[in-house]
Amino acid sequence: MTIRVAMAVNGTEYARDVEPRLLLIHFLRDELGLTGSHWGCDTSNCGSCVIWLDGKPVKSCTLLAAMADGHAVRTVEGLERDGELDPVQQGFIECHGLQCGFCTPGMMMTARWLLDHHPDPDEAQIREAISGQICRCTGYENIVRSIRWAAEHPAEHPA
Amino acid sequence: MQVPAHVEYERAVSVEHALSLLGRPETRVLAGGHSLIPMMKLRLAQPELLVDINGLAELAFIALDGGQLRIGALARHADLLDSAVAGRCFPIFHDAERVVADPIVRLWGTIGGSLCQADPSEDLSAAFAAARATAVIRTPDGERTVPVRDFHLGPYETVIGRGELLAEIRIPVKPGTGSAYQKVSRRVGDWSVAAAAAVLRLGPDQQSITEAGIGLTAVGAEHFVAVEAEDYLRGRAADEESFGAAAKIAAKHCHPAADQRGPEDFKRHLVAELTARALRRAAERATAASGEDTA
Repeated sequence: MTIRVAMAVNGTEYARDVEPRLLLIHFLRDELGLTGSHWGCDTSNCGSCVIWLDGKPVKSCTLLAAMADGHAVRTVEGLERDGELDPVQQGFIECHGLQCGFCTPGMMMTARWLLDHHPDPDEAQIREAISGQICRCTGYENIVRSIRWAAEHPAEHPA
Repeated sequence: MQVPAHVEYERAVSVEHALSLLGRPETRVLAGGHSLIPMMKLRLAQPELLVDINGLAELAFIALDGGQLRIGALARHADLLDSAVAGRCFPIFHDAERVVADPIVRLWGTIGGSLCQADPSEDLSAAFAAARATAVIRTPDGERTVPVRDFHLGPYETVIGRGELLAEIRIPVKPGTGSAYQKVSRRVGDWSVAAAAAVLRLGPDQQSITEAGIGLTAVGAEHFVAVEAEDYLRGRAADEESFGAAAKIAAKHCHPAADQRGPEDFKRHLVAELTARALRRAAERATAASGEDTA
């Protein structure tokens, strides 16, 4: 049995007929080909699959695609605007915020959300915000620095 | 790769619609899904039908109303943590919500879902039990209320029957009350090794305990409460001696199981220490709250 699932991802409308049991992360990666979001631990612990649903970060391995039907999704592919990297993306470049890069999309989606709500977070706030996410390279120092860099270099025309 | 078994999916458009859908056997309510979906992926849960209630905005509220704090079942953990009115009446809920899961999970996981999941290590079950909360359950015929202390029948089992839906939690707000939650876990997002919840009401003299609620989680306390310790405290002085004795009673009467989070004696030690700390903090807050009331 399949059901029709339609959602706006990074501003583009998509619709697919899928099994109700399909997880959102697999809908994004396998049905839409948006492989920027990573499928990691599968147990809602690691956070590499964090995307936004209606403006709030969520671990997309723990939602059914059906639950996002009719809603708006934003993934790491939606961070850049008109070829301009989001300050969070630039910060990860400037401060070497990634090593293997696996946790990076989830870290950046959470970072963008944090900065939208707390434009000038201190280190403790940053560490709290990403506390539900795991960097197996253990590169947390540089992830925190990258997010601080983004806070200090806000976009001139934020999205 | 973890994939749930085949399941049907329906989106409830009203509470009545949800109730009619929930009349079918092997049906589960899907709210935040942050416990249910992982269990479905592990095939520990294999419902035939999911009823998604995320669209029922009428169940997503937190309000002070007629001397009660009312929390809709669909309120998210982050909503409770952000609620100034909840934090003012019951600081215990802010204590607990700071250590429930992680910030991303708290944005989606619901209060009602946590209670209905009935995990024996769940935080809010102990906090609600300590605060003597009442669960409001919608039924096909109307509604019924059940004290949270009678809500859980055992691990992963509640009094919610077929065709019923937890709608709301109500907690009586009484002057002179203080509350606190103390938890030890191994890392962010992990379940408790042990945790203690305390709600104390002091008499007008601010010295004697008139009402005591003590909740425990993850340590095999029946209905998440330490009844013997509560009985001991009622009428006694709110001091270190009483708290220490009550903490020992709580540690004696729970039934922790040795597991990867620690041996039994360690958990009993934690129960005693965390109960004493929670009682101490609750008493401090009760005194401070009384000061504000009379100021």
